[in-house]
Amino acid sequence: MKQITVISGKGGTGKTALSASFAALAENKVTVDCDVDAANLHLLLQPDIRQKREFKGGMKARTDPNRCSRCGLCRDVCKFEAVSEDFRIDLTDCEGCGLCVRVCPEKAIEMIEIVSGEWFVSETRYGPFVHAKLGVAEGNSGKLVAVIREAAREMAEKQNREFVIIDGPPGIGCPVIASLSGADLAVVVTEPTLSGIHDMKRVLSLACHFGIPAGIVVNKYDLNSENTGAIESFSKEHGLEVIGRIPFSPEVSRAIVQGVPPVEFCRDGVRTEIISIWEKLQRSLRS
Amino acid sequence: MIISVASGKGGTGKTTVAVNLALSLGKCRFLDCDVEEPNAHLFLKPAITETVPVTVPVPSTDQDRCTHCGICQTVCNFHAIAVVPATEERPGKFLHFPELCHGCGACGLLCPEKAIAYDKRVIGWVDAGRAQEISFAHGRLQVGEVMSPPLIKKVRSYADSGEVVIIDAPPGTSCPMIASTKGSDFCILVTEPTPFGLNDLKLAVEVVRKSNIPFGVIINRSDIGDGRVENYCRAEAIPVLLSIPFDRKIAEWYSQGIPLVENKSDYQRKFRGLIRDIKKETEAFK
Repeated sequence: MKQITVISGKGGTGKTALSASFAALAENKVTVDCDVDAANLHLLLQPDIRQKREFKGGMKARTDPNRCSRCGLCRDVCKFEAVSEDFRIDLTDCEGCGLCVRVCPEKAIEMIEIVSGEWFVSETRYGPFVHAKLGVAEGNSGKLVAVIREAAREMAEKQNREFVIIDGPPGIGCPVIASLSGADLAVVVTEPTLSGIHDMKRVLSLACHFGIPAGIVVNKYDLNSENTGAIESFSKEHGLEVIGRIPFSPEVSRAIVQGVPPVEFCRDGVRTEIISIWEKLQRSLRS
Repeated sequence: MIISVASGKGGTGKTTVAVNLALSLGKCRFLDCDVEEPNAHLFLKPAITETVPVTVPVPSTDQDRCTHCGICQTVCNFHAIAVVPATEERPGKFLHFPELCHGCGACGLLCPEKAIAYDKRVIGWVDAGRAQEISFAHGRLQVGEVMSPPLIKKVRSYADSGEVVIIDAPPGTSCPMIASTKGSDFCILVTEPTPFGLNDLKLAVEVVRKSNIPFGVIINRSDIGDGRVENYCRAEAIPVLLSIPFDRKIAEWYSQGIPLVENKSDYQRKFRGLIRDIKKETEAFK
């Protein structure tokens, strides 16, 4: 079983459109949406939810105002500035270290378990799909990503699936690292803009940091041929391969509006190029 | 006044809006809080005059004092410390896993032997400088580093009262986005008229409502999708501050790092008008 993570650094380069297309093309796979705080893949895969689980993101501190003597010790020791002037604990700032609980002379603070999201195992016309919804303004997205990736991996092993297709979040931080760690291949989707190139370089060095081989896809490559050339020469210099160049097409937005993976909807160069990318990926993962 | 520019979905045009707003104002402060992937400098091209490393504390023990009692391990809620007690054959060991450590300081404060001291670990840098009349700062997260909020908070500390501060926030709706937008006087949510844009706009709206920040929406590439974003805003009485139709020329300028207002003066007027509208919305909210 091989795990492929689609990432980009910069948001909005086409990760989800490409992941959904891979899900439509791959025959025997489990698909996972690891962008848990702004999940979109379900909008193209149209899942039928079969199982729903709570995600317990961790513990947070809560003060009992009746016991609190307003001594301020909790405020003094908190490194996260989570205790307000009236000694209430802000749940978004609290990281759950519990130091306040330990130092409070009145035993007025307790740790409570927080349900910070939910995750789902679904059926789609493209096979099983694992996805999640992080509660609004909740933290610990990396942990939720780790939970759903593990669920998908287990399912893939049990059902003898050949691939796990992982739609990653933007950025290079905690949830991206959780989406990437242990993957067999990273597909880095970029666009020929200065921001796209800047962010691609950072996310490539992240993949390299974790020793994960990466292939590059240039989306909307014809928007700026000079920048596409720059991406190609950068790849060559670093021993990387540009595995696809997808043309700009308004058809992609139409596919998204229709709620269909672009590879099924588009009848232009987008379709043929995505098919060719997937074939390349499949070949390289099988060899 | 602090105006933050955010969106649930990435790539909707946060940086475009933030940069063009700053350039239309002329004099202001610009803070790029997307420390994982900062991009605004590619458009504003500031001269960086100061680079400050941002650190988090990392515990280490004084071997002479540490009795390997294990209290530090017990009090660490993040499982970042393991203590191996001494035996007759070998001395005890204090192990620390920096990638799990949140820097809460519990181990040091609660160590009965006062054997724990803190070193500093660099998680990223803040670069500060100027681009014409705009004072600029952004954060750069060290590649491989998981914790961005302390770096975001450091960038936020460059906000100066008395001038307009524009914050370019990271995408998403979790800790980095909240750390960036917290305490703003107004939040601009940038979206696109597709089901992705709408889905993530709804999440972002929930966040700013929960944070009690007045907000409005900018619809970018406003003619590429359908009317559901507009209908949603109407139904929720959310002001649509500006719609920017798709224009291949704008996309090409963007690709080269050229801000829209440098080529289209009518947009400079629109962005200035935006500030007036935002002031009105903020007043009404009070």
